[in-house]
Amino acid sequence: MSKKMIERDKHISVGTRPERMDAKDKVTGHALYGTDINLPGLLHGRVLRSPHAHARIVSIDTSKAEALPGVFAVVIANDLPEADDRTEKAGESTINYKFLRDNNLASDKVLYVGHAVAALAAKSPDIAQNALELIEVEYEILEPVLDVRHAMSDKTQVLHEQIRTDGPDGSGDTPSNIAQHIRHVKGDPDKGFSDADVIVEREFTTVPVHQSYLESHAATAVWGMDGTLTIYSSTQGAFLARRQVSELLQYPMSKIKVIPTEVGGAFGGKNPTYVETPAALLARKTGRPVRVVMSREEVILGTGPGSGTAITVKVGATKLGKITAVQAELCYEAGAYPGSPVHPGAMAMFAAYDIPNGQIDGYDVLVNKPRVAAYRAPGAPQSAFAGEQIIDELAQKIGMDGVEFRMANAASEGTERLDGSLHKSIAIQEILGVIEDHPHYNEPLDGPNQGRGIAIGFWDNWGARSSVEINVNSDGTVNLISGSVDLTGSRTTVAMQAADVLEIPFENVKSSMVDTDSISYTDTSAGSRTTMATGLAAVEAARDVLTKLQLEVSDMWSVSLDSVVYSKGVFRTTERKSENITFADLAAKLSGQINGHGNVNVENWAGAGGGTIVDVEVDPETGQVKVLRCTAIQNAGKAIHPGHVEGQMQGGVVQGIGWALYEGYQYDELGHVLNANLLDYKLPTSLDVPSVEAVIIEKPFPSNPYGARGVGETPIISPAPAIANAVQQALGQRIDQLPMTPTTLLEKIGVI
Amino acid sequence: MKTFDYEAPVTIDQTITLMSKTRGKTLLLAGGTDLLVQLRYSNQDVDLVIDVKGIPELNQINYDEFSGLVIGAAAPCSQIYESAPVLENFPAIIDAATIIGGKAIQNRASFGGNLCNASPSGDAIGAMMSLGAICNVVGSEGVRNIPIEDFCIAPGKNALEKGEMLISIQIPSPRPNSGSHYLRFTPRAEMDIAVAGVGASIELDSDLNKILSARIALVAVAPTPVLATEVSESLVGQKTSGSLLEKAANIAKETISPITDVRGSASQRKHLIGVLTRRCLDIAVKRAVQVS
Ligand SMILES: Cc1cc2nc3c(=O)[nH]c(=O)nc-3n(C[C@H](O)[C@H](O)[C@H](O)COP(=O)(O)OP(=O)(O)OC[C@H]3O[C@@H](n4cnc5c(N)ncnc54)[C@H](O)[C@@H]3O)c2cc1C
Repeated sequence: MSKKMIERDKHISVGTRPERMDAKDKVTGHALYGTDINLPGLLHGRVLRSPHAHARIVSIDTSKAEALPGVFAVVIANDLPEADDRTEKAGESTINYKFLRDNNLASDKVLYVGHAVAALAAKSPDIAQNALELIEVEYEILEPVLDVRHAMSDKTQVLHEQIRTDGPDGSGDTPSNIAQHIRHVKGDPDKGFSDADVIVEREFTTVPVHQSYLESHAATAVWGMDGTLTIYSSTQGAFLARRQVSELLQYPMSKIKVIPTEVGGAFGGKNPTYVETPAALLARKTGRPVRVVMSREEVILGTGPGSGTAITVKVGATKLGKITAVQAELCYEAGAYPGSPVHPGAMAMFAAYDIPNGQIDGYDVLVNKPRVAAYRAPGAPQSAFAGEQIIDELAQKIGMDGVEFRMANAASEGTERLDGSLHKSIAIQEILGVIEDHPHYNEPLDGPNQGRGIAIGFWDNWGARSSVEINVNSDGTVNLISGSVDLTGSRTTVAMQAADVLEIPFENVKSSMVDTDSISYTDTSAGSRTTMATGLAAVEAARDVLTKLQLEVSDMWSVSLDSVVYSKGVFRTTERKSENITFADLAAKLSGQINGHGNVNVENWAGAGGGTIVDVEVDPETGQVKVLRCTAIQNAGKAIHPGHVEGQMQGGVVQGIGWALYEGYQYDELGHVLNANLLDYKLPTSLDVPSVEAVIIEKPFPSNPYGARGVGETPIISPAPAIANAVQQALGQRIDQLPMTPTTLLEKIGVI
Repeated sequence: MKTFDYEAPVTIDQTITLMSKTRGKTLLLAGGTDLLVQLRYSNQDVDLVIDVKGIPELNQINYDEFSGLVIGAAAPCSQIYESAPVLENFPAIIDAATIIGGKAIQNRASFGGNLCNASPSGDAIGAMMSLGAICNVVGSEGVRNIPIEDFCIAPGKNALEKGEMLISIQIPSPRPNSGSHYLRFTPRAEMDIAVAGVGASIELDSDLNKILSARIALVAVAPTPVLATEVSESLVGQKTSGSLLEKAANIAKETISPITDVRGSASQRKHLIGVLTRRCLDIAVKRAVQVS
């Protein structure tokens, strides 16, 4: 793998803003998504879901549904082989196959309202829908466990009899809803607090928030006579989906081909599979292609949102503004099965600061809600909401400006984090500098009930494995294929990097995402990795192409390989001044096939910091918060495509505004979701968000050829605390719960 | 969604005949922004859907001082807010037409559909109720004129008999020195449903300081939008002032006993009705002063 960075004057495409390759097809409705897959003889699959939050399945009788004309097959958990009780990393989350099996089709217990119990395939969606009502399930209803603190007490129902707390001091010996207890300790927290002049302590709560991708989950499965299972899926990771289906069906990976369709948003939520395996089972049973498409209600009820949390945090500092100690307890809802993002939540909480002493205890807690999934910087918006408000409050108590206080405690390269790891190159001070100097931070507010807040955040990102292949065509154009599902325009940004190395025009690179049969293994598009890691694979593949072409040239001219040089699209030899040939002319002359391979496993990547400045206006009579102005700042390392980076930053802010002010699951006491639709689960609309100014900082990460860092996740971390800090300034009231809806605000200020 | 028959008649007579001939369940379709959502999600059995958008009378908006404003039952919001006489004379109607849904919805959603859907949170209903609208209804038995406050009888239920349809809504011409406003509270700026709403129309005397008549409608705080007669009574004959409006707002709060649901609590709704009534009356009064 390359260690050297590509010099800046060699950047041709990188750093420009070409049109996204998928843009026109998507905005004109030509792109093919999961629901567009229509195969001959297609059957429509539907999933029966639990009406109860917690119940034992006593019996399932599918005979009446099977007898309905037009119904071809019904499947339940028994149709699946037993799965291994094994946990693997999947993107930024983990997957345990036994639990995944139960989450795809419940075997003994249903653990949340919306939990899949059976699936069936019928001639039409109407028949399928009617048939669902004919499946008879007898439940023994159990007490639902909905509150994370309540779930942690030993006086409550446990969801899983076999689960013991995996703790810092070993494993517990009684069943518990705390699946894991992690602890990070640095220095001497007690001493740190005794050195403090000011200590602030608070508890914060947040509720589950859904990624709310525009496109729901969809999978179409079809079996070939040779035993090949083909699945068209809306997944964000084709190989990850294949692995899950392979595990659940206990079927060889080689015989499963996952074809990723265009994806209408994922944000981490399309790492786990839900409908792929049921569709495959139904297709096998019926001998016909089966398509399962979730409704919005099913997406909200039956797929994984981000964790609800309860977080207590205490921070001490000296009068001069030095943080002396932090202590935090992070209780994260995992939902029905273990695996909340409490690890990254704990990582991110104070990662932007140099904290001498601290202790963080994190709990992964089972509750009767859907098993959470990754959601853009999983775990971090919640812990930052708590952490960045406490920092703000502490600065106020000390009488320091928020930027100044953060600057005095900012982490830098080499800082040891609370989780023990050392920061690589980061740009927290630079980000704070941009905030301090930005007109937005310095211009006065212009009205009553207005407030300005800031917050910063840090995200670790991910590296992992990617594969790219480049084939050279005789007209000098190239075809690039990659194993990465394109969620964010990565086809384009990956092609830009290849074009740059090949020194050919970007337009001459046709870039596609392909299925799992067509390329080597590639990890899921998650963790802000794709432009960086798959881009690196493209750089490697392009270099491979050039090496092979240089060999061709040396043969053609009968000169030594070492003498062949390539620059600005032209091959030359140092042996004879007169000889030269362009990339395109050489391509036309090739007798054989030239293809380049890039297979990388990126083990050295860098995180990225960011920040938000926001102005709000609060209507103290209605509790409504209007976001007036917002500036997002982020370290991209190198913005391969600045337009895409700005898009990520703006999108992150929009979702952050959703977390802050609008979004959240509402439950009744039995665990029914009261707002499983997009009227009552409120996403911000275009009128609820201001135009977001994006300020990109480029502090390169030296181990990437372009200095690039992941940029997709950091921007969602700081908006919610920044808004909370602004609301505090406007209202004189700190809001310790998300979302900060009008109702919440009116209650907090005692109006209702 | 179950399969159903679809007809698109072009006259009122054809529609009435179709309704009386069909044995099964028949539903009329205007913009479909309520109906299609309901058909898709409630899985209800419908045999025939009759699209009334092709009937010319249902798409007209007419105004003259004598008969007032007549809004065809299927005329969409965008047609309403682009109509010059509405813009000139019925500000509360414009308020409602421009907040329903968003642009795309407004190109489809009709005031007739809003009314017939009889939702407790119907914004158009609130605005029209404050302006004293009359609903023109036709059925095989003949014509009926129903005052709007009697039209909605329960959530999702209206006063139409089987075989009857709404043709138009008639709103009297504004009195001299009058003003109206419709105001609602939603968490989002668009594409949202009222947590509470208030429509008000106010008529002032020629000196512009005494209230001669007032109609106030409250939305999303009762099983149907309701006329708040106690509030009107508290205003009539009084001089406009901040404290008068404050008092009226308090009365409005006291007249309702809203429910708690996912969109808001009872106490929040009561509180909001107070805030909205005061703000709404204030603007209606200002508009009355402005027009004169
Ligand atoms: C995204 C979205 C946002 C919305 N926002 C709002 C909002 O902000 N405020 C609000 O009040 N509403 C809102 N609505 C609801 C809806 O748009 C309105 O109620 C609209 O006015 C309904 O009009 P329509 O023409 O679409 O009615 P349709 O859906 O066609 O009909 C509604 C009902 O009236 C009946 N009907 C229609 N015409 C007649 C007739 N001539 N005679 C008898 N019965 C008839 C139908 O059978 C049906 O029961 C929203 C809906 C959506 C989907």
